[in-house]
This record gives sequence, C-alpha cells and structure tokens, in this order.
Amino acid sequence: MSQKIVRALTRSPLHIAIIAICLVWMLPSVGMLISSFRPAVDVASTGWWSVFQTPFKFTQFTLANYAEVITDQGMGHAFVNSLYITIPATVIPILIAAFAAYAFAWMKFRGRNILFIVVVGLLVVPLQMTLIPILRIYNRLGLSGSFLGIWLAHTGYGLPFAIYLFRNYFGGLPRDLFESAFIDGASRLKVFFKIVLPLSVPAIASIAIFQFLWVWNDLLVALIYLGGTADVAPMTLQVSNLAGYLGQDWHLLTAAAFVSMALPLAVFFALQRFFVRGILAGSVKG
Amino acid sequence: MEVWLSKRSFSHWLYVVPALVILAFFLVYPAVHTIILSLGDKTGEGFAGFSNYRFVFTNRTMQSALRNNLLWVVVFTAGTVGLGLAMAVLLDRVKYERIAKAIIFLPMAVSFVGSGVIWKFVYSFRPATVAQTGLLNGIVVALGGQPIGWLIERPWINNFALIFVGVWIWTGFCMVVLSATYKGIPKSLLESARLDGATEWQVFWRITFPLMRSTIAVAATMMLITVLKIFDIVYVMTNGNYGTEVIANRMYKEMFQFKNFGRASAIAVVLLLAIIPVMIFNLKKFREQEAIR
Repeated sequence: MSQKIVRALTRSPLHIAIIAICLVWMLPSVGMLISSFRPAVDVASTGWWSVFQTPFKFTQFTLANYAEVITDQGMGHAFVNSLYITIPATVIPILIAAFAAYAFAWMKFRGRNILFIVVVGLLVVPLQMTLIPILRIYNRLGLSGSFLGIWLAHTGYGLPFAIYLFRNYFGGLPRDLFESAFIDGASRLKVFFKIVLPLSVPAIASIAIFQFLWVWNDLLVALIYLGGTADVAPMTLQVSNLAGYLGQDWHLLTAAAFVSMALPLAVFFALQRFFVRGILAGSVKG
Repeated sequence: MEVWLSKRSFSHWLYVVPALVILAFFLVYPAVHTIILSLGDKTGEGFAGFSNYRFVFTNRTMQSALRNNLLWVVVFTAGTVGLGLAMAVLLDRVKYERIAKAIIFLPMAVSFVGSGVIWKFVYSFRPATVAQTGLLNGIVVALGGQPIGWLIERPWINNFALIFVGVWIWTGFCMVVLSATYKGIPKSLLESARLDGATEWQVFWRITFPLMRSTIAVAATMMLITVLKIFDIVYVMTNGNYGTEVIANRMYKEMFQFKNFGRASAIAVVLLLAIIPVMIFNLKKFREQEAIR
C-alpha cells in the first residue's frame, strides 16, 4: 500500500505536466465556445470564466450571436460557398491523382522515374511561387472570382501529395492480383476500377480528409483568386474579414469562428483514424 | 505480365497526362514565370537585374520580416518538435493517453483563421481600469499584475505570442508522427537498460533519441516547410503591425496593396531558395527508399 503511494507521488510531476499542457491546449477553445453563447453585454463586461460562478443559470446563455452571424454577418452564405468550393476541390484532384499514380506504380513507360521525381520535388514548392502568374492568367480568362478557378487551383496544389501517397499505396498492393487479372485478360482500366480502387479505400479516405481540411481551412488561395468578392467568399475569408471590422465584438467573432470549425471538427472526429494513417504514410515513410 | 505492364499501347499516357498538364500549368510554369518577374523592375516589367533582391535584403521592413521569420523558424520548429517528442514519450506512460492525445491533436482540424480568432481573444487586452475579458490578462490581473498588450509589445512578447499559436496548432502533428515511431521501439530494450541502472534521462538520450533520430528529422523538415510559408496567423491576428511582419505577409502586401509584382516575386523566390535544401533532402530520402523497394 505505502509502495503504491510512493509510486503515485514520484509520478505526480508527470501527471501535473501533462494535465497542465492539456489545459493550455483546451482552455482557449472552451473560452471561445462559452463566449459564443453569452449575450453581448456580458462578453464585453466580464471574462467567460465568470459563468462558472453560476453554472446552472441557463438564462445567461443565448443563441442570438449565432443567429446574427449566420444571417446578418453572412456566415450562412459563406458556409454554402465553403461547401461549394471544397467538395469539387476534393473530388477532382483525387480522381486525377489516382489515375496518374496507377500508371506510376504499375505501368512501365519511358520517363516514368524522372517524372515521378519531379512530382516529389514539387511537393515542397511554396504556393507563393505560383500566385502572381496564375492570377494574371485568371484575370485574362475571367477566372478570378469564380468557383471554377479556385477548384482548378486547389487541384494543382493538392496533386503532388495525392499522387505521391497513392503511388506508394498502389505500389504496395500484391503483384499476384495484377498477374491473375492479366491472365484473365482484364484491361488496364478494368483493373483500375475492379482491383486498385476497391483495395485502396483507406488511402482514398486519408487523402480525401487531408484535401478536404486543407481546402476548407485555406485562406491564402481564396484570398488571392477570389479577391474581395463577398458572393463567393468561403468561411475563412469571411471570418478574417469579420476579425478585421468587428474588432472587439467577441460575442460575434467567437460564434463565427465556431461556425467555421463545426464541419471540419465533425469530419475529423468521424474519420480521425484515416487522418492519422495519412499523416504517418506521408511523413514517416515519405 | 511484363508485356501487360508495358503494353504496346500508349494508354499509360492517358492516365498521367491530365495530372502532368495540371502540374505544369499550376506549378512548373508559374514558378519559372515568377523567377523571370523577380528579375524585372519593382512591378516586374523589363529587366533590372537583381534590384528586387537588393530591396528584399536591404529594405528595413523586409529585414524585420526576415528576422521575424528566422525567429519563427527556430522557435516554432524547436517548440513543435520538442513538445511533440515530449508528449509522445510521456503520454505512453499514462492511462489517459488517448484522450490527452486527442486534445493536443485537435487544433490540427481547425483553420489557422479560426485558431487566430481563438487566440486573439485569449490575448485580448483592456485598460487596467476595467475587467479583463481575455484569459491571459485575466490570469495576470488575478495574480496582481498589470494587463499586458500581448500582441502589441514588440519585439519579443508579440512575436512569441504569435509563434505560440503556431506551436499550439502543429504540436499534435509532431506528437502523432513521433509517437508512432516511439511505440515501434522494443520495450525490452528500454527495460534492460533500466535494469542495468540507467536513469530515465539516460535511457532517453542514449537509446530512445538515437533510435528516433530519422523521424525527428522528418518532422523537423515538415515543420520547416510549414513555418517558412506562415501567413494566416499573422494576417488574422496583427496583419503584420507592431513589427510582427513575416516573409509571406510581406509578399502579400507588395502584391495586393502596392502592385509591386517584381518585388513580390523576388520575395517568393527567396522562400523557394530557403526550401530547396529540404527538397534535396526529400529527394535523397526518396531515392534511398526506392533502392529498398
């Protein structure tokens, strides 16, 4: 018994350190969430932690902030825009990358290795290198401020990583499968749809989550190619605008920020397994 | 089989060409064009040698952005990798590992913009005569201190305040990567060292750390790539005011506020040059892996 106590005591610094870090990681978000449900007057006059003095007084909470940011402050419209940007900008690169990765992994052709090395090199090219020339072309073609323009741009920026991850995954599929398909006389396209894709669901899920979160959370690409057009602005853009002109209206800013986080958080919780797997495949091996 | 793989047909091109066209259009061509623009005058017209690069390295605001970015590189990379490693090793010893990991990893799902708002609120600052609503100043005042303008006090407090937001977002990523490697180390190895009388500290530095070195290098390079391009946090929280400018932020301003496309291009090229060692490191590692395949 006393041994147990000694053990617990010697280990207590460990627990204290871990719990302290967890608190630092959690409290800012907790503060945001609580403030988003408090009336404007309260948020402006007292700290959010003061709700704990009367934790069961439910009248101190309100949904008014959410109602206002979703309608008057345009977050509802921005939510639809974010969806409209993110879904195609996730599906298109996955399709294109999967086809290319299939060829890189299982077909032999001249230039294959050098082309793939170029893809690996492109993985780290900063997007800043591409903004000005593409914006100029977009302006000439009338693509700036359009959804099509931003779908294509996200496709371009997402491709290297998607091709890289897919190619590693496809390359690891057992060779026998391809051999027996060949003996059965299956075409390349048939093998792709009947063997490669069904076996690669985990890889597809990983990349889908990555690309989804990356596009949904992106600010820079939207800022550059969508300009200031409020009609097409996604939530990140809208929140950063609000942060600029609402200044100290924390009851609204916190509600707007939470609206912009709700969907990625849900996706993240539902599919965390695939997300972690993607990170490991892309970094430890990569 | 080999015949099938390298069929007489050319259909493999149908699979790769769409990707290659998009990569060429969105990455390769613009990169080359940006290099050309950077050699023009400040708006990118004509040819003016290295005048834009001279601007990048001699202009005072640019120099402060470069300095800040260097601070980001050192503190952010050390912070995320160091804390991620500590968490990977320490959390392995507690029963609530899963929940603690989820808490630390969670900010990865949230946008930099959202995190920026969350932390701007934590750092918010009001005169000492009224109640503080920001968490940090709330604590400072409760402990009897004077409220601090966390995002205003230059150059150390505000830059560290911003960098910490980055660390808060990315530590979870490093933790996950490093934890996977740590769990791969045979526990018997560590046990036998402990039985031989090694302290935990010795076990870590003599056994764990050397075995994890290559993963630590990978995590550090990923953080390096991330931090060099850091933009959103600064854009949302201070917009580069009070001496918190970073390179990517400067580039955005040169581009959109001043229409100095030549200067903006030179800034982008400097970013690329800083990343090239990482690119070479990646390619080398890729080659090694292919040799094993």
